[in-house]
Amino acid sequence: MSMLEVKGVKKRFDDLEVLKGIDLSVDKGDVISILGNSGSGKTTLLRCMNFLERADSGEMIFDGQSYDMHDISKKDIADIRKKTAFVFQNYNLFINKTALQNVSEGLIIARKMDKDKAIELSKKALDQVGLSDRYDYYPHQLSGGQQQRVAIARAIVYKPEVIYFDEPTSSLDPELIGEVLGVMRDLAKSGMTMCIVTHELNFAKSVSNKVIFMADGKIIEEGTPKDIFENAKEERTKRFLASYYERS
Amino acid sequence: MSSRIIELLVSSFGEILIQGLKVTIPLTVISFVIAMLIALIVAIVQVANIKILKQIARFYVWIIRGTPLLVQLFIVFFGLPSLGIVIDAFPSAIIVFSINTGAYASETIRAAIEAVPKGQFEAGYCVGMNYFQIMYRIILPQAMRTAFPPLSNSLIGLVKDTSLAASITVVDMFLVAQRIAAQTYETFVLYMEVAVIYLLFCTVLTKIQSILEKKMRLV
Repeated sequence: MSMLEVKGVKKRFDDLEVLKGIDLSVDKGDVISILGNSGSGKTTLLRCMNFLERADSGEMIFDGQSYDMHDISKKDIADIRKKTAFVFQNYNLFINKTALQNVSEGLIIARKMDKDKAIELSKKALDQVGLSDRYDYYPHQLSGGQQQRVAIARAIVYKPEVIYFDEPTSSLDPELIGEVLGVMRDLAKSGMTMCIVTHELNFAKSVSNKVIFMADGKIIEEGTPKDIFENAKEERTKRFLASYYERS
Repeated sequence: MSSRIIELLVSSFGEILIQGLKVTIPLTVISFVIAMLIALIVAIVQVANIKILKQIARFYVWIIRGTPLLVQLFIVFFGLPSLGIVIDAFPSAIIVFSINTGAYASETIRAAIEAVPKGQFEAGYCVGMNYFQIMYRIILPQAMRTAFPPLSNSLIGLVKDTSLAASITVVDMFLVAQRIAAQTYETFVLYMEVAVIYLLFCTVLTKIQSILEKKMRLV
């Protein structure tokens, strides 16, 4: 049985149906890349899975527990969020907190962890993303790549069962993308379960074990990187990949 | 300038200033502290979208901003006694100034909270914090930094507005100046003098504001 599964996820914003019934299952240790054009619904799917958006309907099964994704209680959302972490496109670091405080804040405030222990774990997490010399820097004193690495440290410090990445490199200058992808690559190697909405096709190809292609609120095709990148069956997938290769 | 006028200026300066320290400043400080509490609650109630409380908050802001401060003072001090509610002049002034400044300041704070990017909230939720933890630890510290200059404005405005309390018999700087002017017939000199003392108070506040603003800046 999968660790995490969603079934029939639907979401509409006013007249626009963004998700038209998505099924997705995530096994422990999976690194799933979700590809698709802007407006295909991939970010909304990720946000629904962490309840930043409330799905109109859908079922979630997480660690054997079933939840109605529309009528879920606040407590259940809080429980699920304790097992997950989210990395945003524009980092969303707490502007009024240092790098270290950004990482430790949730441990101390939400999880009531002992302060010294929380600081120790947070330093370790920052060391892991290569920022051991930036503990006391505020977000605006860091580059985009460093900010995103702080955000990743903030995600891994909770030892979540899955980390959602929403276009983690899309706001970065090209020369800073590598450092963030490097950290993510290490994470994947360490066995972390990850769902990544991304436009980095090479990264998706080399790091993930499962690739999903979305368009118009539906999953068009899914499979191993080899299935998708070399033997795509659907016309839309082929067109999407071709348009990307043309650009690069 | 005749020596009589200089003498008058010197002797009245102390008298007016002391009244400023004894009445104007306490009136301002007490009212402003209460106003800030009101403003915070009224702003958060609206941002948090708490159903009935939000409507009450909007109603409060509408009434207070839509009626003159002087009229509000008259209603509380001269009007309420006819309903059997008698409140002394000084507490009446505190009530009115708190409620009045609170209404304006609540709009300042609400705007400052709404200016904090939505992603700050989302990040807070994703690390497991609840609404009030995020509000208190993440959103308000950022919002208060934004709200600080306009709130300083409100405070400086309040210092000067307290002169209206003289019209409900609060013996503040302005009323003392009026009395001395009436006794000596040196109206121009006295009112200029009291104006300068208000200016002095506001200048000190402006200085404090700029020092604090620099301090609040994140390294």
